[in-house]
Amino acid sequence: MSETLIKVDGISKKFCRNLKRSLWYGMQDLSKELWGQRNGGNGELRPDEFWAVNDVSFELKRGECLGLIGHNGAGKTTLLRMLNGLIKPDRGRIEMRGRVGALIALGAGFNPVLTGRENIYVNASVLGLSKQEIDDKFDEILDFAELGEFIDAPVQSYSSGMQVRLGFAVATTLEPDILLLDEVLAVGDASFRSKCWRRIGSLLSKAAVILVSHEAYAISRLCDKAIYIKQGNLEYYGDSNNALKIYSNANKTYNNDVFTVTNKSVKSVEFESGKAQLLPGDSYEFSMYIHMNESVNIDHAVINIIDQNEEVHAQSLLEFNPTSLLLEGLNVFHVKLGPLYLSQNSYDLSILLSINGGKQPLIHSKSALGFLFKNHICYGPKYYPPGSASKIN
Amino acid sequence: MTRNNKCHLSDMPIKVYTPDSSLHSPVIMLKEMFFDLSAGRELALRLAVRDIRAQYRQALLGVLWAFILPMANTAAWLFLSYSGIVKISSTTLPYPVYIFTGTMLWAIFMDALNAPLQRVDGARGMLAKLNFPREALIVSGIYQTIFNAFIKIALLLIVVFLFGIQPGMGMFFFPIGVLSIIMVGTALGLLITPIGILYTDIGKALPLLLQFLMYITPVVFPMPKEGWAATLFNLNPLTPIILTSRDWLTGFSPDYLSSFIIVNCFAVFILLASWIAYRLAMPILIERMSA
Repeated sequence: MSETLIKVDGISKKFCRNLKRSLWYGMQDLSKELWGQRNGGNGELRPDEFWAVNDVSFELKRGECLGLIGHNGAGKTTLLRMLNGLIKPDRGRIEMRGRVGALIALGAGFNPVLTGRENIYVNASVLGLSKQEIDDKFDEILDFAELGEFIDAPVQSYSSGMQVRLGFAVATTLEPDILLLDEVLAVGDASFRSKCWRRIGSLLSKAAVILVSHEAYAISRLCDKAIYIKQGNLEYYGDSNNALKIYSNANKTYNNDVFTVTNKSVKSVEFESGKAQLLPGDSYEFSMYIHMNESVNIDHAVINIIDQNEEVHAQSLLEFNPTSLLLEGLNVFHVKLGPLYLSQNSYDLSILLSINGGKQPLIHSKSALGFLFKNHICYGPKYYPPGSASKIN
Repeated sequence: MTRNNKCHLSDMPIKVYTPDSSLHSPVIMLKEMFFDLSAGRELALRLAVRDIRAQYRQALLGVLWAFILPMANTAAWLFLSYSGIVKISSTTLPYPVYIFTGTMLWAIFMDALNAPLQRVDGARGMLAKLNFPREALIVSGIYQTIFNAFIKIALLLIVVFLFGIQPGMGMFFFPIGVLSIIMVGTALGLLITPIGILYTDIGKALPLLLQFLMYITPVVFPMPKEGWAATLFNLNPLTPIILTSRDWLTGFSPDYLSSFIIVNCFAVFILLASWIAYRLAMPILIERMSA
């Protein structure tokens, strides 16, 4: 049995939207604190205040990984900052056992004028490593950062990617009991990112981890449980794949980005979705019902497989079979995409059919269709699976 | 792994965060304060070394900057007094030595006073994102002040000997004087830090206030003998600190020794109080900083 390292019991935090007021409240809170009164009063909101985090509870054991998902400004970072002891909760209680490591800010304490070597010592000390620990791990850090002779150059001459490398190399030498991870890996090239994920993977088993990420595949691959926060409230706490599903559904209504735009020669378009869950090597098959006012020829048809961030993971040019001619009246197509090899994530389809030599859109549909891909291997950024559309009426 | 960790479970640090003020459990709070102080020693040294190195690496004149300002100040006052623009009553010390020792000691005081607010302000980014002993910032500021003070003292000693002044036994006490200047400066600086972080007005008003304070301290003027100015000088807690340090350096027996001791006792008390305030204030201030 492994021990519970994080216990969070009904914590809340309020923030103020107005800067002037916020500073004044800061003064009030300061004087209250110095008189020994509790923070946050009796839980009432003052003008211009709102709950950034509202009544969140959970527990985490060693070896477990908890994903934290939600839209920008939902309160994920605020929650993380409270766990890290940077700010005080206004209600509730947090109990943290063991050494806390936070991969939240990389390269904290770097001075641009000093060399990479000198900055390693400063950065590591800020993170709580002793001189002895730094000396022991120094070669490991140099090795991981792969900076070569630049290590003796001032940090201000580094590219942002190089700074992140150095920061990450230092931060992950810490062997924490509790690891707080905010999306710090969003920078750097692909090979370094995958190296980072391997390093994080090795830290996972030894610690209780909280991961904040917008990348669904990272959450579903690394986390057993996840929390979905919406406007400070805990909307879902449980299985990470369920949480992702709820999150991506909320995303659709939130962004309002399910749409189908058509040309005036189209009367209506409908899609019939295929399987909701795919495995590597599967094809995604669906039906397309296009009702036309007049006959036109589709000159160009492309389907993009996109994730929640609208990043294209696969692109397919449709080959029509036997004809790409749309006749007046109903046209039914059976479309087959694949075989597909994608990283684990939930995806949407963006379909664009064009006429006039591909210059004029006829139908553009986004997020009308989607599926969840189950996979344990991480694939490269983009590839081009075959696609075919067979006319069946 | 798990079994191994189970053995350590008891000595794993537990941190609890609640809305309650730490003042409710003062014993635990004091324990934590001194624990953090010692935990932050190494970091403080690193930060101080970082800042000193960075400061001199990008400056052509390097260490000279530690005393260029006080020297310029001395030159200005010498000019004012010898040209007769300002009439200054005679001092027991040669006037150049009087101003020079005064401005140098005052510069050390200003360094110490400005350090806490500057350090904390400069570390906003780090404070907003990482949890490290907050004391380290203050201690690193003190280290840096001491480093700069060493340079100033070296120059002071040269000047004092050039003028043929024998400090005698006072030399042994002089470091106590310098340390007390640094302590009083740090205590006052730390006291204004929480509000200074919240409102930039403090940082803007500080130089003005310090200039005024300098003129009611025997830095460039000798102690007035009578009148309301004399009362003002006597009430100023900085007067005994500066005078006693100067007396020790220049071989006089200090006239204000008892006031010096009283002021230092008060300073210790203020330092402790402002340290507590600083600790309590930090989470509230960080909340108002951007992440």
